[in-house]
Amino acid sequence: MSDLIVILIPVFPLLAVLLNGLLGSRYSHEVAHRLAWGSVGLSFLCAIGVFAETLGAGAAREVVAYKWIFGGDLTVNLAFLIDPLTCIMLLVVTGVGFLIHLYSVGYMHGEEGFTRFFTYMNLFMVSMLLLVMGNNYLVLFIGWEGVGLCSYLLIGYYYDKVSAAKAASKAFVVNRIGDAGFLLAIFLVFQNFKTLDYTQVFAQAGQLSTEMATAIALCLLVGAVGKSAQIPLYTWLPDAMEGPTPVSALIHAATMVTAGVYMIVRNHVIYDMAPAAMTTVACVGGATALFAATIGLVQTDIKRVLAYSTVSQLGYMFLACGIGAYTAAVFHLMTHAFFKALLFLSAGSVIHALHGEQDIMKMGGLKSKIPWTHGLFLVGTLAIAGIFPLAGFWSKDEIMAHAFVHGHYVLYGMAAVGAFLTAFYMFRLTYLTFYGQSRVDHHTAAHIHESPPIMLGPLVVLATLSVIGGFPGVPPEDGWFHHFLHKVTAQVGGESAGHEAGSGLVVMLMLAATGIALAGWGLAHYLYSMRTETAAAWAERSPGAYRTLLNKYYVDELYDALFVEPTKKLGLVWDWFDRRVIDRLVVGVGELTQSSSAASTWLEKYVIYGGLNAIGYANHLLARSWRQMQSGQVHHYAAIIVAGLFILVHLVLAWWTGSGGVLR
Amino acid sequence: MLQELTFGFPILSLILFLPLLGAILIALLKEEDLIKNAAMGVSLLELVLAVIVLLRFVPESAAMQFSERVAWIPPLGISYHLGLDGISVLFVGLTAFLTVLVVLYSWDTVRHQIKLYFVTLLALETTMMGIFVALDLILFFVFWELMLIPSYFLIKLWGGGAERQYAALKYVLYTLLGSVFMLVGIVLLDLNYHDWAVVHHIEPAYSFDFLQLLTIPIPADKQVLIFWLIFMGLAFKAPMFPFHTWLPDALLEGPIGMAVFLAGIKLGTYGFIRFSLPLLPDASKNQGVASTMMTLALLAIIYGAIVALIQPDFRRLLAFSSISHLGFVVAGLFALNYQGLQGSLLTMINLGFSTAGLFFLAGFLYQRRHSTQLAAFGGLAKKVPLLATYLLIVGLASIGLPGTNGFVGEFLILLGAFQAHWLYGVVAVTGVVFGAAYFLWYYERAMLGPLTQAVGQAIADLNARELVIALSLSVMIFWIGLYPSPFLRMMNGSVQALVERLDKGAVAGMAVPTPVLAHRAGRIGSADARERGSFPHPVGTE
Repeated sequence: MSDLIVILIPVFPLLAVLLNGLLGSRYSHEVAHRLAWGSVGLSFLCAIGVFAETLGAGAAREVVAYKWIFGGDLTVNLAFLIDPLTCIMLLVVTGVGFLIHLYSVGYMHGEEGFTRFFTYMNLFMVSMLLLVMGNNYLVLFIGWEGVGLCSYLLIGYYYDKVSAAKAASKAFVVNRIGDAGFLLAIFLVFQNFKTLDYTQVFAQAGQLSTEMATAIALCLLVGAVGKSAQIPLYTWLPDAMEGPTPVSALIHAATMVTAGVYMIVRNHVIYDMAPAAMTTVACVGGATALFAATIGLVQTDIKRVLAYSTVSQLGYMFLACGIGAYTAAVFHLMTHAFFKALLFLSAGSVIHALHGEQDIMKMGGLKSKIPWTHGLFLVGTLAIAGIFPLAGFWSKDEIMAHAFVHGHYVLYGMAAVGAFLTAFYMFRLTYLTFYGQSRVDHHTAAHIHESPPIMLGPLVVLATLSVIGGFPGVPPEDGWFHHFLHKVTAQVGGESAGHEAGSGLVVMLMLAATGIALAGWGLAHYLYSMRTETAAAWAERSPGAYRTLLNKYYVDELYDALFVEPTKKLGLVWDWFDRRVIDRLVVGVGELTQSSSAASTWLEKYVIYGGLNAIGYANHLLARSWRQMQSGQVHHYAAIIVAGLFILVHLVLAWWTGSGGVLR
Repeated sequence: MLQELTFGFPILSLILFLPLLGAILIALLKEEDLIKNAAMGVSLLELVLAVIVLLRFVPESAAMQFSERVAWIPPLGISYHLGLDGISVLFVGLTAFLTVLVVLYSWDTVRHQIKLYFVTLLALETTMMGIFVALDLILFFVFWELMLIPSYFLIKLWGGGAERQYAALKYVLYTLLGSVFMLVGIVLLDLNYHDWAVVHHIEPAYSFDFLQLLTIPIPADKQVLIFWLIFMGLAFKAPMFPFHTWLPDALLEGPIGMAVFLAGIKLGTYGFIRFSLPLLPDASKNQGVASTMMTLALLAIIYGAIVALIQPDFRRLLAFSSISHLGFVVAGLFALNYQGLQGSLLTMINLGFSTAGLFFLAGFLYQRRHSTQLAAFGGLAKKVPLLATYLLIVGLASIGLPGTNGFVGEFLILLGAFQAHWLYGVVAVTGVVFGAAYFLWYYERAMLGPLTQAVGQAIADLNARELVIALSLSVMIFWIGLYPSPFLRMMNGSVQALVERLDKGAVAGMAVPTPVLAHRAGRIGSADARERGSFPHPVGTE
């Protein structure tokens, strides 16, 4: 019975995909969206059931659906692993997913391709659920590429827009680079363990050499970097904002992009054995957290700011993984899902109110016009900035504290600066959007309206979670959340003693974190509320730096010049080579053959005439020529050819063996 | 591997000659509708027979099943010997399946010499079936060569391109050139048998029988020579890089129906796994041979994908993507391990659904725009959403998205290649990235974005016939992708046997063949004792 519940979790949305995908055009949008959110709701209920069971039993269990790929020493089942980590991911994915589906009903109302949207969203849910539920690397990989596909489909939802189509392809291809790395990791795992099941792999992981563990961990990291938009493969995520806002919330903020973090935590047994890989993960995370935050400072598209903030926050999670704070990484993953979904959806509400306007330079003063949205957005901002006691405070503080306590001062410094920048650009965004003078054009201003309850309702729930979502993790390192996850994330080799932080230090770090967040807020307040001309003046004073940030450090241009264009050039050169060199060569040989009279006679006799016999005169003669062939023509030809070749072959053999040949 | 099971009813002969009989029947018909219906009926009946064979096939067995053997030219040891094992059985199903779809596609797209077209098409089906069911090397070779005749005329007479004459001749010349070498290789195999037979007093002293040739040792250096001779035939046909230049021409100039078979039925690589690897295991394992083949394969993967990237013509793009996919197949074969071989075999079948499927879709596009050039497309998804959807599904299968058939095959190949040498795996895996790039970039420019001016207002979406084709392909794609078990089970026994054969090699003499295996007319094999009247009773695995 309980196995059935587990299997049903991905099956509900799958059924909705099939129904809406195949029959969606035959019934109304009403039916389609009910199927869509209803199925996710059912999955959520099942997930709660599974969670309750896991709370009670505690032990991880596996549920095999069927045997998928097998042969020789390889057996891969389509099977699920239910343990605390899966449970947390399940609740986040189905819970937040359910809310976003509800919101989408309002947001997407009246869109062309309404049913298509929900089909893709449900397909995404299926893939994401496979990703977090799989009990082996290959089921994870179905989900892994599946979410990539859905991301492609949903970024390209407005497919008649060139920018959307381009962003979609870019997302898929960049993700595939990561996927290639992930595949290599899978191969290495199989080579070492002859199985792809987590439980067996992790049980035997102790036998790995450090080099091998490092190799596997780094290949996995390539995959994670692609999916979770870390340096150097983050460039697809900001462009992904071409998709409808609920997509950005669900896929490009709350769930899919956290898959890399989930995957590293899942594989932490391997990472624990590979210090070099751990350091790499931490550095990638720290650098991304800081780097993306700097770009976020100057962007003017409301969704792009949030996109860079997502990249940056994912950097925190990677940093946490890299310093062994796996629980903190998952904790931040969860709280981030709440407040980033909230931010994106309320940004969507703003965009909805302004009929598609996304440029914050054309907003301002919206606070009084859309008060609900303002309030909700503000909650999200406070949470992400890390203001006590909102969700983001606890999770981010835990990561930073862990870094400090374990002596990673450089990483702590990066995270701290990142936190300051985060607070700054998020409040900048809030001020520019909701406060000050309205910069909305008259036509749009006349039609500003608050969003309908179907959109605000989910936002209220998310806002509540953003406020209280941190409490399961309180007190830091010792909350319910940590105990629940301990079985999964406990580091191999035991906790390193001696790093136990005194409560004084913990409080100090909390105060420091709060101070950093408030400082960022204060600066934003100064620049965008009190002295609104200062920011522009600063930008003018150092145009180079400003422009570099505005153009995202020209990384896209760099990649184009380094990889994309040279590959296309190579294609053109090889195409020329193909037509002019290889083809010429072989055709030359062919012509030579043809011109030699023997060959051409042969050709004429057996191919052209034979063909005419069989086909050319088929209208009149087919029956007869068939009888002829049966009566021995081909028979004789074959015999003659064989006889001739016998002689040829014997000559070849005589030459080859240097003796009298094989005729004895 | 030497075990043979008969069926009590010559079902393979029926499968082999039914299309030809159908062709003759059609040749006698006059009315156009009748001809089409007859062609459809014959190809459907053939599919039913193929499905019966698939259902009756005993999975997880290495035995040759449904065997039939009759002496043909006894003095030379040439026999009419048919049989299917896990390596060949799926190809029979695939060929029958694709023929039905091609008939369906051709229904209203072939507009001249309709009778001759369907006659040729069915004749082609017989020759392809012959290649897959033949267990005698000469019989195999005869079908291999005969196949050229209908192919030649299909390209030449019903091709859409201006250069179709050239393309047809080029295809024939290439294949002929290669097969001359192959024939020499086959004869060398026979002579080797002869030497051995003379020493061991086996009569008759000649044999082209695949199963008999398996029983005798072949010196390693002789194996290498024969391998390269046969390689020529197979590599030209496959086609493997750098012998591939006939393929873009044939695919571009020929009719879609022919392109489906050229791209979907992987005769060349089938030849490797059917004959080269088992007959010449030591040559295949030979360091020089295996690494050369692997190098060619890896080159093909990357070369094909990168050249595909910049093609403005969809069919030419597909040609190079085919070359890239063939690189994967060959890489899997010469990984020489279980996963590699299994993956290659499955991928050969998969390409019959995905690459061939893309040619159907190219055909649908061609019907609407009278071109497969990029310039004729742009923003088409708005006009033909169904076509765009199926193009995406089949395209994603061809680039190996998990959940589709392409992934299962490609994953196994890559896993096999990686186990052979990690560097092979690393190089091959880049093909995964390039594959996504060339397909999605083309798709983006052809289907997405705003409607271009060039695209007229009146384009219809898929019609019922086209929908049936697209749907049946999609069903197969997801079936193999999500539940490949029946397919894997069918091939597993033979793949296992092949792996063992490769391990053991054929240099040291294997066991002296039992008298049962010595040549004699009529049916032979371990199932000989079974009564012939046991038709409905499935043969068991001993």
